[in-house]
Amino acid sequence: MKTTHKMFMGLIAILMMYAASVNADNNSATNVSNVIQQSNEQSVQIVTACDGKKKVIVEGYKEGEPMPEQKAREVAKLLTALMGYCEEEITAKIPETEIAIQLSINGDPFISVTAIEELPLVLVHGGKPHTEREKRIWAAELNRMIDTGYKIFHDPTLGTNGISCDMCHPNASNTHPETYPKFQTQTKKAALLRDMINWCIENPQEGKKLSDDDPRMKALEAYIISERTGVILEPGKH
Amino acid sequence: MSIRKRKQDRKTENESLSGLNRREFLKTAIATGVFATGSGLITSCSSQTLVRQAEVKYGTDEFTFAYISDSHLLARGREHRFAKSLIKAVEDVNALEPQPDFVLYGGDLAQLGLKEELSLGKEIIAGVKPKLYMMVGEHDWYFDMGEVWREYFGKPTYSFDHKGIHFIVLNSVVVEDYWSKPKMTPMERMLFMAQLDNPKGRPFTVGKEQCKWLSNDLSAINKNTPIIVFSHSPLYKLYKAWNFWTDDAEEVQELLSTFKAVTVIHGHTHQALTNKIRNITFHGMMSTAWPWPYAPEGIPKLTVQMDRPDPFNQFDGTGWGIVDTLHDGNVNKTYKLWDRNPMIVSYDKVSTGRGLVPGPSY
Ligand code: HEC
Repeated sequence: MKTTHKMFMGLIAILMMYAASVNADNNSATNVSNVIQQSNEQSVQIVTACDGKKKVIVEGYKEGEPMPEQKAREVAKLLTALMGYCEEEITAKIPETEIAIQLSINGDPFISVTAIEELPLVLVHGGKPHTEREKRIWAAELNRMIDTGYKIFHDPTLGTNGISCDMCHPNASNTHPETYPKFQTQTKKAALLRDMINWCIENPQEGKKLSDDDPRMKALEAYIISERTGVILEPGKH
Repeated sequence: MSIRKRKQDRKTENESLSGLNRREFLKTAIATGVFATGSGLITSCSSQTLVRQAEVKYGTDEFTFAYISDSHLLARGREHRFAKSLIKAVEDVNALEPQPDFVLYGGDLAQLGLKEELSLGKEIIAGVKPKLYMMVGEHDWYFDMGEVWREYFGKPTYSFDHKGIHFIVLNSVVVEDYWSKPKMTPMERMLFMAQLDNPKGRPFTVGKEQCKWLSNDLSAINKNTPIIVFSHSPLYKLYKAWNFWTDDAEEVQELLSTFKAVTVIHGHTHQALTNKIRNITFHGMMSTAWPWPYAPEGIPKLTVQMDRPDPFNQFDGTGWGIVDTLHDGNVNKTYKLWDRNPMIVSYDKVSTGRGLVPGPSY
């Protein structure tokens, strides 16, 4: 703790004096010129650490130009935080005006975080961002639940009279999950989506209602809600 | 404004307010007519009245026919909710006083095209007292490609004349072969078609063969003869994802474009729908089985939507309907909604766009 603190103070001091490169990274000069070219002569300062694996691009300050104390503190705090993830190659951009910090991890496209405290959230899984593979697995798992719901919704077996939900609700239309919970005038009670699902199972389909934790109920909810992607939530709306 | 128009307006009001039957209405209309004469209104537009009378001479008789549609019967006997609804519609039609000239059945008598379903339907629908004309829907057809339906009801494409109007019944649910290549069983083929929101669904067409038949049929008809076409799918393009759609609608519309008064009445959509494209007025039919939500896009401007149905009432948002033909061969269309006021879409409203505002209770 103490060493970090010392290093932190030291960083600020250095940054306020010349702030070109804190690290003895030989390539930092080339990095600087590269970025200057990329950003169309926009003035930036680049600070690197951790063997060049960490880079903070400070927009609005020319190379060698001293930063005000507050800015220097911000940069130092960010670098210190980044150094907690020494394995990863991270480039951070501090824009001149915006509050958000832009982060690129291991060459991935830049994403925005509003506070340095969000860093652990971005770098879950032991400091690794979500990989495309992970995202594919998650989507597949979610789709499996939605697909199960789709099948139940399009199948008369929930009822006893050969009728299925999709006959009256193509693409789950007029199921309005976004309006739940709401007061159901006919039953004189506030109801959740699942209550109305059960109502339609028991009445138009003359079936037995499902318990709240029945996987079929969960899957039905997953499918119905997925059909309303992007619709504004308006609980209570009639 | 002509007396005739005013009478029609009153008729509209009277029926929607108190559900008067036709005979009662006639009494009311005559009474109102007498009243109008007494107040001297007739004199102020007597020349128009003469013109109207002259037109009547060359126009068609006014008459009423009824329709029942989209019952989607399952092979589960007369106690099943859909069978009960069809029975209710048949009883309602039989209670009309005076009786309509005929009844048109708008297709989808069966849900899965099974012989048991069609037999049950045939048995129930045979109960209507007026003459019955049948139209086919996709649910009747795609299990056995219409074999039983044709055995029971005859040809799906035909025309007939009634009191000066030429009526045409089409099979508008023709789709390209999606079943041979994947070697679908008859039931697989049927279920594929029965799913309204099937993302792989194929668009309905009237098809080349029937268009040829239609063009031939129409070639013998005088252009002043009013035409009423029955099609299961709407003969225009509303919403492809649910097959509220006929892919070659424009070609059929073109064949009808030279006639003076053309009305298309379609099933399939289970909701109140009104449209006008050039010379053609389009009306939807109610389903006896269940109402469908309105499509998320494509609803014609002239359509006044029904209120959302009450899920707690089996008969809400469903029903049957009547069509009153006018002397010029255009029609006033009435949706007979169970447990609600009837919804009347008069030709006057469709052609002027006036008065097409949602009612308080339909
Ligand atoms: C015979 C037709 C029919 C069937 C089958 C049917 N419903 Fe319904 N359901 C309705 C109608 C009609 C409404 C009312 C629609 C409205 O409010 O616009 C409704 C309402 C609902 C609602 C509440 C909508 C709202 O706006 O609050 C939900 C949720 C629902 N149904 C789910 C289901 C599910 C899930 C199934 C299958 C288990 C199903 N329904 C089967 C006819 C049906």
